[in-house]
Amino acid sequence: MLQEFFDKLRPSFQEGGKLHAFRSVFEGFETFALVPNETSRTGVSIHDAIDSKRIMSFVVIALLPALLFGMYNIGYQNALAANAVAATSCWAMFLYGFCVMLPKIVVSYLVGLGIEFTVAQYKNEEINEGYLVTGLLIPMILPVGTPLWMLAVAVAFSVVFAKEVFGGTGMNIFNPALIARAFLFFAYPTKMSGDNVWVSKDTWFGLGYTIPDAQTMATPLGEAAAGKMGEMSFADMLVGLMPGSVGETSVYAILIGAAILLITGIASWKTMFSVFVGGGLVAWLFNIAGMDNAVAEIPWYEHLALGGFCFGAVFMATDPVTSARTESGKYVYGFLIGALAITIRVLNPGYPEGMMLAILFMNMFAPLIDWCVVQSNISKRAKRLKP
Amino acid sequence: MKNTFRLRKGLDLHLVGEAQKFVRQSDFPAEVGICPTDFTGLTPKLLVREGNEVATGQPLLTDKQTCRVNIVSPVCGRVKAVVRGERRKLLKVIIETSSAADHYTMSLSEDAPLKERLCEAGLFSFIRQRPYDVIASPDDTPKAIFISAFSKMPLAADFSFVVKGEEGRFESALKALATIAPVFVGVPSEDYLPELHEDENINVNVFSGPNPSGNVGVQINHVCPVNKGETVWTLSPQAVLFIGRWLETGKIDFSLKVAVGGSEVKEPGYVETLLGAPIKDLTGSVDGHKRIVNGNPLVGIKSDEEDFLHAFVSEVCVLPEGDDVHEAFGWIMPRLNQHSTSRSYLSWLMPGKKYAPDCRIKGGERHMIMSGEYDRVFPMDIYAGYLVKAIITGDIERQEALGIYEVAPEDFAVAEYVDSSKLELQRIVREGLDILRKENA
Repeated sequence: MLQEFFDKLRPSFQEGGKLHAFRSVFEGFETFALVPNETSRTGVSIHDAIDSKRIMSFVVIALLPALLFGMYNIGYQNALAANAVAATSCWAMFLYGFCVMLPKIVVSYLVGLGIEFTVAQYKNEEINEGYLVTGLLIPMILPVGTPLWMLAVAVAFSVVFAKEVFGGTGMNIFNPALIARAFLFFAYPTKMSGDNVWVSKDTWFGLGYTIPDAQTMATPLGEAAAGKMGEMSFADMLVGLMPGSVGETSVYAILIGAAILLITGIASWKTMFSVFVGGGLVAWLFNIAGMDNAVAEIPWYEHLALGGFCFGAVFMATDPVTSARTESGKYVYGFLIGALAITIRVLNPGYPEGMMLAILFMNMFAPLIDWCVVQSNISKRAKRLKP
Repeated sequence: MKNTFRLRKGLDLHLVGEAQKFVRQSDFPAEVGICPTDFTGLTPKLLVREGNEVATGQPLLTDKQTCRVNIVSPVCGRVKAVVRGERRKLLKVIIETSSAADHYTMSLSEDAPLKERLCEAGLFSFIRQRPYDVIASPDDTPKAIFISAFSKMPLAADFSFVVKGEEGRFESALKALATIAPVFVGVPSEDYLPELHEDENINVNVFSGPNPSGNVGVQINHVCPVNKGETVWTLSPQAVLFIGRWLETGKIDFSLKVAVGGSEVKEPGYVETLLGAPIKDLTGSVDGHKRIVNGNPLVGIKSDEEDFLHAFVSEVCVLPEGDDVHEAFGWIMPRLNQHSTSRSYLSWLMPGKKYAPDCRIKGGERHMIMSGEYDRVFPMDIYAGYLVKAIITGDIERQEALGIYEVAPEDFAVAEYVDSSKLELQRIVREGLDILRKENA
């Protein structure tokens, strides 16, 4: 039935058809609904059933627990700021968060996929699935208070300048989702950090509470950077009912995603594991260094649970395109991300979160790490030549 | 005690329709076809014309470059047709067989060097070389000769079964080849070819591990890797057997047992036939939406009923083509009947299950996205992904540095199967090797 539907539509999208300008869109939807039945002409006759659509779909699935929890947390923080947690049902909180997040996700996909479809049409290529993940990641790593227009600008910037100018998914150097966040961070710093952006302050469709502008709420890391230690317990940090970017707060939800990525083998356990090792080790070193710095004194295990550390380690550092591609390189790459993230957190007083910059920085150095690993293979071969 | 190499990387595919161990005699073929394109790297010059009578072992073609490497007729008969393709490229020489049993008389005496005699007898054209995976040149002196006596490719013929009754000829051919250079034979286990003995110039190594451990390139990489400027010769075990027969009788005998398998074959088994026999003699008639593969499903070439058995294959498969299959929402469905190395499917929970895959690519071509996919199934000390990138970008120095002289397209077959970006790796590597060979000529 689906096949007949697409067969009927196809002629108008083909060369000379009325809607030829939307060929890439048609192909994108067709290949999503139906597995292409094109058969191989040369090389292997049979192929593994895996393709990049399946891979990206599973990453999206892995993101869902963190996203759903993030929606609930938006409602919870809103109710908390209004001192009405007891009076608000869980469903109402979740629905409120859902209504806040939905427009962001829609805008992110519309703008990003719009650009992707246009580029695919222009280059006469198939649409890449990579943006399905990026498009969901971007709203999840931004503070909830980010206006929609800002989101749209950031998405457009990152898709064009972090991805398409390099040649599309698979050719980019930097993680496009993090570029979007970094772009906003440097272009609109007041909307990306501080104490005033972590709680949604308006009612949506009659849900939630209006919070006065003067009332602020800081992330635990923000508080620590300001020299005040919060009273949050480690268990609370794992649950994640605290202010922060939408997807990053709950360690449990992120761990479910990590389990999906690791069981399916889509993310590299080597990268993920070494980010935690690197972060834990450096945080522990700061713990015993006895510095007069509230962030340095956060116990190493709390460092790993706070802020964007977990989310970055699980979903961002493991991006196969921008991370190290050699197996031994992945250990080094992951370790340095973790170490750098904590170092930035502790030593940079103006900036309480280090994960974004650490990953972007290591994205830049991943090719160098790989170069060293590959070079050792090359020198081994060259040595063989000499008697 | 033989040397043992344990390889971990790779992938064994279990497909429906493996050839059972019985031999069916097929009728003597009415015609045979020789495809010069099988002999990679050779520039063929035609020595016969349509209508000429030829004897068994008579040269049909010779290499333009060396003028010594012959391709000879496997049968006695009359040249029925010479088929040419674009730009008059020689595609096939078809010979109508006759009942006579004339054998071509060689001009070289038995005292002549073995290399020259092999050239004249048309057996040298079965010797390939690394680098470039092309037909070897008799002017070279190889540092070693490698023979892998087994293949772990899906649906591949089992050589220990094929060689039954001719073990002595196999061994005498190895002894003869050992006079040219040290011979290395790869076997999958100690008891694979029990009568095979090592001696001074014949080394037997055991390679255990999944496919492609039976690839001769993988074995070379572990035993004595090819460096720039060096040459290693490789032979298929079947070709060694041809040489063994010729050494014993002085006559060319290209008969062989071909494994005929695949999910679309009713009685998968071995067929005793002749090199160059018509494919339809082996498979019977094959109707629409099925694919005949000349070779195994990973390395073999898509063929049709009118084709002939290629020179370097030991199996023929018939698989469903799959162009009539309409599958919805493949990106999320469980797809229990499809094999995948990705654990987003469930085949990793059913290790013993046999699959009957069709020939769909099952996805669109992308840039290389996932990392380490190739290395997982590439048991050589080479960074496969980086080498492929160097070939795509045409960076010859980097290709050399990364070890292109050690590889052949078939070594990338399993990587091409598992690739989620669906790149045509074997084609890319073949083109890369061809360009490199031209540059270095």
